[in-house]
Amino acid sequence: MGRFEILEHTADTGIRACARSAEEALISAALGMFSILTDPDRVDPVREIEVEVDAPDREALLHDWLEELLFQSQTRNMLFSRFEVQRLEETHLSAAAYGESLDPDKHPLKLEIKAVTYHRLKFGPAKAGWEATVIFDV
Amino acid sequence: MSLLDEVERLDEFRWRIPRRVREGMRVPGVVFASRQLLEQAALDGALEQVVNVAYLPGIVGASLAMPDIHWGYGFPIGGVAAMDRADGVVSPGGVGYDISCGVRLVRSCLQQSEVKARIHELAQELARVIPKGLGAKGRLGLNRRELEDVLRHGAPRLIAGGIGWEEDLEYIEEQGAHRGADPGKVSERAFERGAGQVGTLGSGNHFLEVQAVQEVYDQEAARGFGLFEGQVVVMIHSGSRGLGHQVATDYIKIMDRVVQRKHISLPDRQLVCAPVESSEGSDYLAAMACAANFALCNREAMTHFARQAFSSVFGRSPQELGMSLLYDVSHNLAKPERHEVEGRERDVVVHRKGATRAFAPGRPEVPAAYRHLGQPVLIPGDMGRYSFVLTGLESGMVRSFGSTCHGAGRRMSRHQAKRTVHGEELKRRLQEQGIVVMAGRMQELSEEAPEAYKDVEEIVEVCEGAGLSKRVARLKPMAVLKG
Repeated sequence: MGRFEILEHTADTGIRACARSAEEALISAALGMFSILTDPDRVDPVREIEVEVDAPDREALLHDWLEELLFQSQTRNMLFSRFEVQRLEETHLSAAAYGESLDPDKHPLKLEIKAVTYHRLKFGPAKAGWEATVIFDV
Repeated sequence: MSLLDEVERLDEFRWRIPRRVREGMRVPGVVFASRQLLEQAALDGALEQVVNVAYLPGIVGASLAMPDIHWGYGFPIGGVAAMDRADGVVSPGGVGYDISCGVRLVRSCLQQSEVKARIHELAQELARVIPKGLGAKGRLGLNRRELEDVLRHGAPRLIAGGIGWEEDLEYIEEQGAHRGADPGKVSERAFERGAGQVGTLGSGNHFLEVQAVQEVYDQEAARGFGLFEGQVVVMIHSGSRGLGHQVATDYIKIMDRVVQRKHISLPDRQLVCAPVESSEGSDYLAAMACAANFALCNREAMTHFARQAFSSVFGRSPQELGMSLLYDVSHNLAKPERHEVEGRERDVVVHRKGATRAFAPGRPEVPAAYRHLGQPVLIPGDMGRYSFVLTGLESGMVRSFGSTCHGAGRRMSRHQAKRTVHGEELKRRLQEQGIVVMAGRMQELSEEAPEAYKDVEEIVEVCEGAGLSKRVARLKPMAVLKG
């Protein structure tokens, strides 16, 4: 599995995810984003949603994947804690996200993410596998 | 050589980044700051961002930064850029994700001494009637058609339905309705994210505060704005919620494609833009106007709830309590305006991202009752210290397209603040100073601790020194409502 670290700047927050493969880096980045919102260990992956993303390039694919998860989370009032990449091409992604309805008593809410930005957006092969970097507007 | 070494001192509070520092800059950068604030901005990486904005097609005058400048993605927070309407661009990143995030101030005729004894009761009532925090739903229950009406027509539509007062409109920027708003340019996704959110505070640095006028600097202006020492007022800081965030996200994505298609070279992908006169540019402005109308209605609805809360606690109608609107002004917008640039009048789109419009006396956009004084500018500070009412100046019209700062700006990251400050302890400390805090989450409260922010007084002093705005009154919090 990949891992992620939270990047903190004075006014904003981001993540850097590292993994052996592009698929795992996308999963780690998603997990990283939901760990900024809440504690994913407390989110039971009981409901599945399908996610399809098409983007003009690889970086935009990372952006659009996270943006779609954020949109699904806010409009369905759900949190996600498990992700599966079913098909990944250069500019297309089919995936599934698993989670449950937001319950303020069960899920500690840490921070609201307003948007995924393109600033310093990176997604590509790195020293030991793949790396994804993204900054959020919080 | 670092960028800071290349900065030229114009005077104590104005610094120029000459065009020669980077090939591709169309105009110089000008930063309004003290030496110390300038150095902070350089360390922060925000000066680089002032330089990056100077690359944008059609930018006129200079790429500007207000004294509360700090690093943002793309444009710096505190950035101001005017683009020629005929051959310039509009950039959604130059407005930010929280479109028309802004501040309003509501007066009362109550004295601090009358309110002090009942401040707990008042804070609890406000917390009860105003939905706040993540995922909060509003109490208006607007259906899809009503939401479209609100986006198209702005605050007048809400007021026609009995939420807010007719006379408020005169004291809201654009009389409560941004022109050119077209809900057809707002995506379904944005409608979905904004559903149910009119009249909700949100989270983060947004707040509603009951404040008292602590000090008056300019008696004439204070009288003109209906302010007096010891008076209780209500300040609301909020924006366009999920709808605005999604409009920004959608159009940044659309313009990312435009930039690739037209091979516009930009130093940062977040600076994507489209010509003002293109279909993408005008569609964005039409959608942005909808989000701005949403934000105005959001603050108008919360004003309505706050009036009800005061009324139920003090047993008098909001009218009897004198709860009229002083002003409502945004600090995240792109606006078509006319300004004098290098000696001639030009039609421009002024981007203000974390900067407040501060128009001088005499400008027709300033409400008639204040026109001889200048436009009121509302600057929120942190929850422990104070906020400010300022007014626009003639010198600011030429120097900063009639713009000034928007707040204190963070000094500590959220993580740092959480490590340094404990939520419960902070609440107790504020209580000892006579400030009642109602917060959804203690952890978030510590992120918003006073020490996590710069001293806003230092910022407004620099604005005054730089000739952008001048102080009218200082407001001290009595009760704070956080998301």
